Amino acid sequence: MAHAVDTTFPDTIPRGKLNTRDLNAGQRLAVKYFSVAMLLFIAQILFGLLAGLQYLWPDFLYNKLDFNVNRMVHINAMIIWMLYGFIGSIYWLVEDEAGTELVGAKLGNLAFWVLTAAVTVVVAVFLLVQTGPGEHQSIWLINEGREYIEAPRWADFGIVAVVLVFFYNTAATFMKGRWSGISGVLVLDLIALAGLYLAGMFYSSNISMDQHWWWWVIHLWVEATWEVLVGCIMAWGLIKTLGARRKIVTTWLYIEVALMFGSGILGLGHHYFWIGTPEYWLSIGGFFSALEPIPLVAMVVHAVYDSGVHRFKNSNHPALAWLIAHAFGNFFGAGVWGFMHTLPQINLYTHGTQWTASHGHLAFFGAYATINIAMFYIAIQKWRGGVFMGSGIPHAWRWKWALALLNIGVLGMTMALLISGYEQSFVERALHGSTWAGYFEAQRSDWFVQGMVWRQIFGYVTAAGLVLLVWDLITIGKGETRPAEEPTATTVINSNETLQPSSA
Amino acid sequence: MSSTPWWADQDVWRKTAIWVTSLMLVALIMLTFDTVKQITAGSERVPAYSVINHRIYYRVDTERNLPAPVIGAEAPLFGVVLSEPEAAALVDKGKLTVQAKNCMNCHTLLGNGAYYAPDLTKAWLDQGWGAEAVREQLMLNFLMDPESNARGYGTNRKMPDMGLTEDEARGIIAFLKWMSAIDTNGFPRNFKPIKQEGE
Ligand code: HEC
Ligand code: HEM
Ligand code: HEM
Ligand SMILES: [Fe+2]
Repeated sequence: MAHAVDTTFPDTIPRGKLNTRDLNAGQRLAVKYFSVAMLLFIAQILFGLLAGLQYLWPDFLYNKLDFNVNRMVHINAMIIWMLYGFIGSIYWLVEDEAGTELVGAKLGNLAFWVLTAAVTVVVAVFLLVQTGPGEHQSIWLINEGREYIEAPRWADFGIVAVVLVFFYNTAATFMKGRWSGISGVLVLDLIALAGLYLAGMFYSSNISMDQHWWWWVIHLWVEATWEVLVGCIMAWGLIKTLGARRKIVTTWLYIEVALMFGSGILGLGHHYFWIGTPEYWLSIGGFFSALEPIPLVAMVVHAVYDSGVHRFKNSNHPALAWLIAHAFGNFFGAGVWGFMHTLPQINLYTHGTQWTASHGHLAFFGAYATINIAMFYIAIQKWRGGVFMGSGIPHAWRWKWALALLNIGVLGMTMALLISGYEQSFVERALHGSTWAGYFEAQRSDWFVQGMVWRQIFGYVTAAGLVLLVWDLITIGKGETRPAEEPTATTVINSNETLQPSSA
Repeated sequence: MSSTPWWADQDVWRKTAIWVTSLMLVALIMLTFDTVKQITAGSERVPAYSVINHRIYYRVDTERNLPAPVIGAEAPLFGVVLSEPEAAALVDKGKLTVQAKNCMNCHTLLGNGAYYAPDLTKAWLDQGWGAEAVREQLMLNFLMDPESNARGYGTNRKMPDMGLTEDEARGIIAFLKWMSAIDTNGFPRNFKPIKQEGE
């Protein structure tokens, strides 16, 4: 059965005002997740700026808000806001994709508030208590002291519980409604994503063992399960904004899954070169991770091809622009920047330098910040009552400048970090063998310091872009009375269920 | 049914995705069993905690063409020979403190962590401690009061006082000594250790 996607924007009046009533239950939950995600994004940038400043002025906030605290909040807020964005994105699309109402809206709502309360407490403890004595109670109650998953153990259990509710909600809704290629991949991927978190939930006094399992969480998240998750969101997004054909999009998704898991799972080995793990990882990790850019190329081809076929005619210009930014950002940040230091011969010198930070920034921003922002725009369009967001909307400069400043800012930071990283690899690593004195020899060299200065300058550019983005998301579509354009093509869904309108 | 060529067929790719993923997972699980065995403390690559009772040298392994750890004669930490459980408890105290104090959001350990401060993989063997005879005391002094003992080497970056107890500081030193004996395949390249007796 084929039917048009005309239910995307129920024809409701008034347009141009926030209209929560006309969102379906999943979407009402989604906008909550998106709102908190934006707040945490702002926190991420603020604390990034503080940490960056401490490179330039080490006395700044010394003994009050030390570098490790600022950095912890910076990267932990990032992980959490992105997970909020992903959960929100899936709640946003689940009813549409399943063709039925969300199974546990009340439960989902409760889980949202529990998670948000937990996150608030965790951040407050990070900032106010900061660290504890060398006892188990510290990693249970204050912070775990492991990058990205710093949340104390009690919060881990909360996170797992909330994720289980989320998982139940999605899977059961598809089960009640209908399955599609996209939802099938999505649900299997979510099992893996949630399961991997458990690998980061134990303590070991053996640092090699600790880092071995820690990378299961970090690498198998960002280079396997998160990639596939955003592949699903992208597939759905292209259908929605462009009217791309479901069959083609689904085939691409399968190709991407095969290539991504085919390279990314054993690509894990590129983190097992120097942490005590056996030598066979040098070849396995080097080889498979070197293949990882291939699926990322496929994703670019896919997005650009689909957009071209539809002559970029789409219902939501800012969202499509951010989806394209995602395709390229993913390719450059993860694919190109990752490839540049993934061979052991090179990684021996770049491992754990500003080089890594250069890649980390471009990859996380390019791959995951972008697609979440695209979803925020898709959401606000409908939340405002399904308003027109094509060319010629008022104040379009805001979203365009937000897009430009954020991308230029992050690219600028990436280049600055790359220069510092080169300097550090040469001086500290190659010449001085990473000693205490060799480390500082590199840190005080002119080019390194200049890199740090430019990172800060482009950090402000990024922050300016974020301010504009927030402003735009709050105001776009306000007072707009024209209805959204519908994507031109029709969507083929292999079920004769009709989509449920959320309100009578 | 249609004119879709096999390589553009949805079903072909769905099956490919399932097979490839399963294959890679099986390979990873098999490798993981072996790796976990090889990195369990007490193995060849990751020594038992009682290694802190000995001197740790680095010598070029000509076969592998890289410097590898060599366990030397007895040189007990703080002058006390510890049993394996005692050594394990001391290193454990250090590791727990490293986590509780969030050291890794300033430092890298085995090259992972943050880049604001020196890598600690071989901190125990760093020439910055001057001479073997004073190393333990200097490390203890530094960890318990990094501000007064700051070096910074021409930058004014300093490590803040982490409020360590003496027990915690000793644990950290044991942990650092043990970590310096892990076989890291030659990372960090070109590291020149402090001069120790017997070299
Ligand atoms: C706020 C950032 C920060 C935190 C947190 C931090 N350090 Fe440091 N650490 C530094 C800096 C900066 C230096 C260089 C100090 C100097 O040269 O005076 C340093 C130096 C060191 C050194 C000597 C360097 C070497 O190569 O041997 C050791 C050992 C050390 N830190 C251990 C630790 C331990 C253990 C912890 C956690 C309990 C810790 N540090 C937490 C910033 C930090
Ligand atoms: C979107 C996907 C990706 C993201 C978000 C990402 C992010 C990161 C981050 C944040 C780190 C630093 C981790 C730390 O703190 O220690 C890192 C390390 C690394 N990444 Fe990626 N990455 C991605 C994809 C890739 C790809 C595709 C490759 C290879 C082709 C790659 C290669 C590496 C390597 C080799 C390291 C280790 C760096 C070191 O030795 O210090 N990454 N990545
Ligand atoms: C205002 C702009 C920003 C500034 C000034 C900034 C600054 C910093 C600093 C100082 C660090 C610590 C690096 C170190 O250990 O030396 C860091 C780490 C990191 N930041 Fe940012 N950041 C900014 C924006 C972002 C954005 C937009 C992202 C991604 C969406 C991001 C992702 C990361 C990641 C993943 C790390 C860990 C990198 C690693 O361990 O290799 N940051 N940032
Ligand atoms: Fe990786």
